[in-house]
Amino acid sequence: MRKKVIFKGVALPYLLLLPQLIITGIFFFWPAGQAIYGSFLREDAFGLSREFVGFENFADILADPNYLNAVSNTVIFSSAVAFSALGVALFLAVQADKAIRGADFYKTMLIWPYAIAPAIAAVLWLFLFHPQIGLFGRFLNGIGIPWDYKLNGGQAMLMVIIAAAWKQVSYNFIFFLAGLQSIPRSVLEAAAIDGARPARRFWTVIFPLLAPTSFFLLVVNLVYAFFDTFGTIHALTRGGPGQSTTTLIYKVYVDGVENLNFGASAAQSVILMALVIALTAIQFRFIERKVHY
Amino acid sequence: MATLSLSGIRKSFGQTEVLHGIELDVADGEMIVVVGASGCGKSTLLRIVAGLETPTSGTVRIDGRDVTKLEPADRDIAMVFQNYALYPHMSVFENMAYGLRIRGLPMVEIRKRVAEAAEMLEIGPLLERKPRQLSGGQRQRVAMGRAIVREPKLFLFDEPLSNLDAKLRVQMRAEIRRLQKRLGVTSLFVTHDQVEAMTLGDRLVVMHKGRAAQVASPMEVWGVPADTYVAGFIGSPAMNFLSATLVQGGGGAQLKAGPALPFADGPRPGEDGTKLVIGIRPEHVQHLPDGAGALPLAVDLVEPLGSETVIHGRLPGEEVLVARLPLAAGAIGEVLPVGLPPASWHVFSAEGARLPARATAPA
Ligand SMILES: Nc1ncnc2c1ncn2[C@@H]1O[C@H](COP(=O)(O)OP(=O)(O)O)[C@@H](O)[C@H]1O
Ligand SMILES: [Mg+2]
Repeated sequence: MRKKVIFKGVALPYLLLLPQLIITGIFFFWPAGQAIYGSFLREDAFGLSREFVGFENFADILADPNYLNAVSNTVIFSSAVAFSALGVALFLAVQADKAIRGADFYKTMLIWPYAIAPAIAAVLWLFLFHPQIGLFGRFLNGIGIPWDYKLNGGQAMLMVIIAAAWKQVSYNFIFFLAGLQSIPRSVLEAAAIDGARPARRFWTVIFPLLAPTSFFLLVVNLVYAFFDTFGTIHALTRGGPGQSTTTLIYKVYVDGVENLNFGASAAQSVILMALVIALTAIQFRFIERKVHY
Repeated sequence: MATLSLSGIRKSFGQTEVLHGIELDVADGEMIVVVGASGCGKSTLLRIVAGLETPTSGTVRIDGRDVTKLEPADRDIAMVFQNYALYPHMSVFENMAYGLRIRGLPMVEIRKRVAEAAEMLEIGPLLERKPRQLSGGQRQRVAMGRAIVREPKLFLFDEPLSNLDAKLRVQMRAEIRRLQKRLGVTSLFVTHDQVEAMTLGDRLVVMHKGRAAQVASPMEVWGVPADTYVAGFIGSPAMNFLSATLVQGGGGAQLKAGPALPFADGPRPGEDGTKLVIGIRPEHVQHLPDGAGALPLAVDLVEPLGSETVIHGRLPGEEVLVARLPLAAGAIGEVLPVGLPPASWHVFSAEGARLPARATAPA
C-alpha cells in the first residue's frame, strides 16, 4: 500500500529534503564531478601544473596492459565471488529451511560473518592460510602441496575469492531463506504427489520460484565484488603478488593514492562509476517491474 | 480405480494425539466425504492417506497393498488442495502436464489427456495462462484438471470449495459430483460444510475430536445419528435436545418441559429415573392450533425464510426449542402451542450415545 502525504506549497518538502541533498551533494556529486573533471586533465611530473588532454587518459589506460590485466582479474574475481557466494548461500538456506531443531541457532550463526569488519576477517583468514602459521597453510605444505599465496598469484586469487565470498554468504543466505519460506508448502506437496522426488522438486519448482531473488542477489553480489572488496584485498594481498589480485577498484587506489597519477586514476573512477550506474539501473528496472513468475 | 482401507490410524503431534484410531473401508469408485468441525483432524487424516504425514500407528492400504511407508509419489494418488497449490511459474498446460512428464509419458499422450481434461472442465482457452491470470473458480478447475489427467487410483480433496463464493461453490459441487461419477475414481473429500457433505457423499465419515463418530450414508446419518454430536452437526437448523428421564418401566420419557410420553418404537433398557436426552429436529416440531396435548412455546425470535419460518423460543423448565414451521405462524412474545411427536424422537443417553429400542419380538 502506498500512502501519499500532501504538503501545502513546495518550501517545506524541500526544506525537509535539504540535509539529505547537502550530504549527497558534498559526498557524492562534488567528488564525482571532480573525478570527471580530473579524468580530462594531466599533471606534470612534479604536480605543479595541469593541462587539458581530452580523452587521452582513457585511451592510455585502455591501452595499458596493467589495466587490461586488472579487467581480467576483476572478471574472474567477481564472477567467482558472486557464484560461490550464491551457491553456498543457497545450499545453506535450503538446509536451514529443512531444519526443525536448532533452526534459530543455525540461522544466527550463519548471519554473524556479515557483522565482522573486513580487517578482522582478513586476520582470521591469515590465521588459516598463512604458509607458516596458518592452519590450512601448514597442513597443505605438510602434505606436500606447496602453498604460499605471497609467491603464487593463483593461490592469492583463490584466497581473496574465498575471503570475499565468505563475507557475502550471510547476506545471500538471509534473502534465499526468506525466498524459500515464501514458497507455499502446499505447492511443494502438490509436486511430491505429482511424483517429483526432492531433487526434481528443487530444480523444477523451488529454483524457478527463487529466480527473482537470485537475480537480485546476483546484481548485489557483482556490485559487492566490484566495489566493496577493496578492504579484503588490501588486508590480505595488497593486490599482489605482482598484480595478480589487483582488481579495477584496487588499481584506482594504487594509481591515485600510491602512484599519485591522478589523471589515470580519475579516468578509471569514471569508468567504474559508469559501470555501477549501469548495474544499479538494471536492478532498479527489475525491481520496479516486480515481475515474479 | 481402487479400494482404500484404513485401520487403526492414530496420529500424534508431539504430546497431543489428534487422531485416535480411525477405521474406514472405501469401495472401488465410492465417494466418501469426511466432515467435521474445524480442527477435528480431517486434513491430517487426508494427508496420511496422501503420504504427506506418517501415522503414529495403523496402516493405509490401497487396493489391498500396504502403502503406509510409501512416499506420496509412489501411491498413485492425486490431491486437490484448499488453496489450489498450482505451480505459480508454470502455465495451465504445464501445471496439468507436470505429473505426466515426471511419469515419462510421451508428449502426444500428454497433449491428448490435457486436452480432454481441459474440455471436460471448460478451461481449454486458458491453457497458456499463468495461475495469477486466473479467477478463483478457474484455478479450482485447473487444480481439478491436474488431478484428472493423472488418472490416479484415488482422488483426495481437502476443502477444495471453501475459497469460492457461495454461488460458484454450489455449481462446482455439482460438477465435482458429476465428474467423479463419470470417471468412477475412488475419492475422499474433506469438508466442514454439512450441506456439501450430504450432497456429495455416497457415505459420510462424521469426525469428532479425532474419532469417526459415524460412518454411514447421508440419509442414515441424518435419520439415525449415532450420537448427539452427529445429530447436532448434521441438519440445519440443528436438532433440539431436551432433558428427560426414563419412566414407565423403560417405555417412555418424562420431559423436563412437561408431559411424559411413550416411545413410539418400543422401550429402552435401563432403570426408571435414568437421565436421557431426547432429540427432535426443528422440522418435526408441530404447530397444534387446537391445543390438545400441546406445550406452550414462548417465542423470542422469528426468522422468516419465505416458504417456512424458523421460530426460537422456550418451553416450560427453561428448555430451548427451535421449530421450523411451514407457515408464518407466531410472533415475538406470543405463546405458540407446539407438539413433539414421539415418532420423530431420537433417544440418547445422558452421555450422548444413541439408545436404540430394546429388541422386541416381531409383532
Ligand atoms: N503439523 C502439525 N503440528 C502440530 N499440530 C498439528 C499439525 N497439523 C495439525 N495439527 C493439529 O491437529 C489438529 C487437527 O488438524 P487438522 O487435521 O488440520 O484439522 P481440520 O482439517 O479438521 O481442521 C489441530 O488441532 C491442529 O492444530
Ligand atoms: Mg483442514
